[in-house]
Amino acid sequence: MLLREVEYARPASVQEAVRLLSDQEGARALAGGQTLINVMKARAASPDALVDLNGLDELKGIDLGSDGTVTIGAMVTYSEVIGSAEARARPILGEVCAQIADVQVRNRGTVGGNVCSNDPTNHLPPLMVSLGATMHITGPGGERTVPAEEFFLGVYMTAAGPGELLTRISVPPGKRDGFASVAIGKDGTCIVNAAASVNGGARVALGCVDAVPVLLKTDSVEEDAVRAALQGANLDPPSDVHASADYRRHLAEVVAVRAVAQARGKS
Amino acid sequence: MDVKVTVNGETYERDVEPRKLLIHFLRDDLDLTGSHIGCDTGNCGACSVIVDGVLLKSCMMLAVQADGAKIETVEGLARDGELNGLQQAFSDHHALQCGYCTPGMLMSATALLRANPRPSEDEIRKGIQGNLCRCTGYVNIVDAIKAATE
Repeated sequence: MLLREVEYARPASVQEAVRLLSDQEGARALAGGQTLINVMKARAASPDALVDLNGLDELKGIDLGSDGTVTIGAMVTYSEVIGSAEARARPILGEVCAQIADVQVRNRGTVGGNVCSNDPTNHLPPLMVSLGATMHITGPGGERTVPAEEFFLGVYMTAAGPGELLTRISVPPGKRDGFASVAIGKDGTCIVNAAASVNGGARVALGCVDAVPVLLKTDSVEEDAVRAALQGANLDPPSDVHASADYRRHLAEVVAVRAVAQARGKS
Repeated sequence: MDVKVTVNGETYERDVEPRKLLIHFLRDDLDLTGSHIGCDTGNCGACSVIVDGVLLKSCMMLAVQADGAKIETVEGLARDGELNGLQQAFSDHHALQCGYCTPGMLMSATALLRANPRPSEDEIRKGIQGNLCRCTGYVNIVDAIKAATE
């Protein structure tokens, strides 16, 4: 399909990328393109200019800090996370990336693109919320950090505003994490997903049930406590061709219990 | 924009509009019509090619992004008119029915076998997960890839 005419720039630095994005209102950052190029084909998005982040080494690389913090560059691909020895310090990162789509998409799609597009069916927004990750954002006014639970603002909207760029994500140390989903076909689009991290109590982040991941915290990791937290959350998920609101609410409880059980099973 | 690429060892230089997808560049500008367009939504994998060693779907990349890259397409698999081992295995095992998905299947299998020369059946199935065969002829495709490793 032919895209609408679009300008294209390949900045040499993050600073230049930020300047290009701030200077032109219709400019959009192009990360892996596994979502953006497709919505451009459908003309659901029609940016005037694309600022290509591929080739910016500053946004690449996975770093393991001495305290166990894993820092992932925004332009790291899912395949790079799966193959990274550093990312293995928090094993759930690679485990979830391996469930996204297929080889070709994982080779090209990026961690930053996944969270910044904030499609409610994406895998990484709930995961980053459950892990308590920190998002690093650069803009014309300099750098700032935002906790993942405040990063996701609405469908396709995040705290990285116009003219700003997510540069990297820091994930604190830990091992006891789980992720469960019901998807359309193996590794397909999620109908409901849940990410859980256990550390005393549990942090459970649910995806696909609201515009942004829904975070629930429980003091106990017992199944009854997780079920009670879900039932008390008054979830109001959308209905669509894949699942009614009632069915999604039912599935949310199922995948939350599975994700917590998976997290508890790890040491 | 000026784009210079090497495809299957041959260098091409063309003036390309930024909005042109890599698959259209390969097919329409370079006349390399082996890579197919199936769905144009990133699902079917018929347009799979290898760019700088990375398997990807060329309908989700702009041609200008490939500037300077080494691209491998299905046309580069055979040498001097002789099918390579993988292609011969596809032929021997009748691993195609209508053949539309075959170029993408071959490129995915090529990338898989490079990274993992002795894949298990499960790994083969995972390796071609991004390629749809609407004839549903997966069993013979998996058999062919398995045979190509032997």
